[in-house]
Amino acid sequence: MTTETNVERVLTDEMVDQIKAYIPRYPSKQAVVLPALHIVNEHLRYVPYQAVAEIAELLDLAPAQVQDTLTFYGFFKQDKPHGRTRVWVCRSISCALRGGEAVLDHLCHKLNIKPGETTPDGRVTIEAAECLGGCEFAPCMLANEELVKNLDADSAAAYVDGLK
Amino acid sequence: MSEFEPVLLANIGKEDSHTLKVYESTGGYQAIRRVLKEMSPNDVIELVKASGLRGRGGAGFPCGMKWSFLPKDHPGPIYMCVNADESEPATFNNRILMELDPHQVLEGIMIGCYATRATTAYIYLRYEYPLALRRLQAAIDELYAAGLLGKNILGSEFSLDIYLHRGAAAYICGEETGLIESLEGKRAWPRIKPPFPAVEGVFRKPTVVNNIETMACVTHIANRGADWFKSIGVPADPNNPRDAGSYGPKLYCVSGHVNRPGCYEAPLGITCRHVIEEFGGGVWKGRKGKAAVPGGISMGLLTEAEFDTPLDFNSLAKVGCLGLGTAAVTVMDETVSMVDYLHNCCRFFAHESCGQCTPCREGTSWALRMMERIKAGKGRLKDLDLLLEIGDTIGIIPGTTICGLADGAAWPMKNAIRKFRDEFEDYIKRTNPNGYMETKPVEALEVVGIH
Repeated sequence: MTTETNVERVLTDEMVDQIKAYIPRYPSKQAVVLPALHIVNEHLRYVPYQAVAEIAELLDLAPAQVQDTLTFYGFFKQDKPHGRTRVWVCRSISCALRGGEAVLDHLCHKLNIKPGETTPDGRVTIEAAECLGGCEFAPCMLANEELVKNLDADSAAAYVDGLK
Repeated sequence: MSEFEPVLLANIGKEDSHTLKVYESTGGYQAIRRVLKEMSPNDVIELVKASGLRGRGGAGFPCGMKWSFLPKDHPGPIYMCVNADESEPATFNNRILMELDPHQVLEGIMIGCYATRATTAYIYLRYEYPLALRRLQAAIDELYAAGLLGKNILGSEFSLDIYLHRGAAAYICGEETGLIESLEGKRAWPRIKPPFPAVEGVFRKPTVVNNIETMACVTHIANRGADWFKSIGVPADPNNPRDAGSYGPKLYCVSGHVNRPGCYEAPLGITCRHVIEEFGGGVWKGRKGKAAVPGGISMGLLTEAEFDTPLDFNSLAKVGCLGLGTAAVTVMDETVSMVDYLHNCCRFFAHESCGQCTPCREGTSWALRMMERIKAGKGRLKDLDLLLEIGDTIGIIPGTTICGLADGAAWPMKNAIRKFRDEFEDYIKRTNPNGYMETKPVEALEVVGIH
């Protein structure tokens, strides 16, 4: 598939270099699959099938091997990019006991999306998360790389409103 | 109790506690210097064996014994995988160590790799810990810059590389062979054991898998000796030949309905009530406690009457729990419905079952569907027996699954329904007055997304 001349490649030289830098760390190229998926996801906010095929080519794997790993995690989107901020709202026991489910419901209601969906302007994706390990700050959510702590429905909505 | 001196959390709270400078100013990296100079790898294994250190990740396997299972005179390479996929609900002690004192963990990894002759260590870190990722990477970079990682560390024959490997939000990667499969770039399906990782682990080579807190304990054992470690905690029960004791300090997490949620250090064997009252500041809002999860939701449930149970490796089974687990206590006050608690647990395990073994994949999924139905006021008394049937038949203990995830899914069902049966029956009768005696098959309410 990747050898067809009319297919536009999605991995940039930068991404390819970043992926290749991981290869010496492991005795098997297949071990680079997860790092490679993360690298592509950080750049594109999703991992389309074409990227899967190009990762497979870089790592001497069948595209199905990369696709198999990708789909197992339920983490990497393939249809379209997630929002500029991906917000993981914890609903496991410690957060649920302190109102985590209400935070999740309120955000989905205000943004008019379901967990896993993105606002039409591409600004925010809301995800229902299992325990984020921030239980002393429950309820909490992870917004990209930031743990947002000690929330209630209103403060969570105010935080999300402030996202670019 | 009063003379207990925290060691794992000793540096936490100091400014820049995550940096090499602060760690070295408190005696950091003296243990590895002494080990490299004065001890053989086998001496270190014997030291850790003598300390009685048991793994802090949940299973409690004796650490030194695990190391001694590696084949002797293996040509290598031997790998260490450090399990930082801390995903058990309510557990965050490893996050605190990695964010606020990563060098204490890294020194333990270095000592462990020297003991096991591993020359590469992979830290498998869960996706949800971005600050831990940055802090650990910065700490590793500091070590390479200081000549404490890489070839011929401190002029010795010992060489070591440590790499971070970021997960992708899947609970099963905390199971040691699921972790290994994930690290290899495959779906994280746990392996049938034997062979155990010590014989054939990552990349088909002998592998040690250890938890973050376990590695931090190794640092302190190397500094203070096996006798110091063994002087803390609960000695082995002489009447129970299978009890290997509960030695050393432990990080206890407390969350849920308490006044001061947090991570606290104490000798192994303090009671759940002590964690709630002394560390957690008691149940919030002046309410009474109703139940508590003793060590992550996989371990089951303690009733308020069982709060005096010691949180050690030996005591929790006596009250019907699975074990100590991660020693993460979640407190539920008197207003919490056990239906809501169990629904929450069932949803977690249905979501996190990896799908490899049918009893777990189907059992967790159907348990959630039944709990959805009960919660929505369409439960039947028969559902409680069906839930118990699932709980009694999935897992390693009944012998139907490859890994222990299903045992963790089973324990909340078994404990909650057996310890709070009246409450479940009352709820079902009250919310489904015309149908609670029904026994005919019914349609599920909704199909739940599972991966």
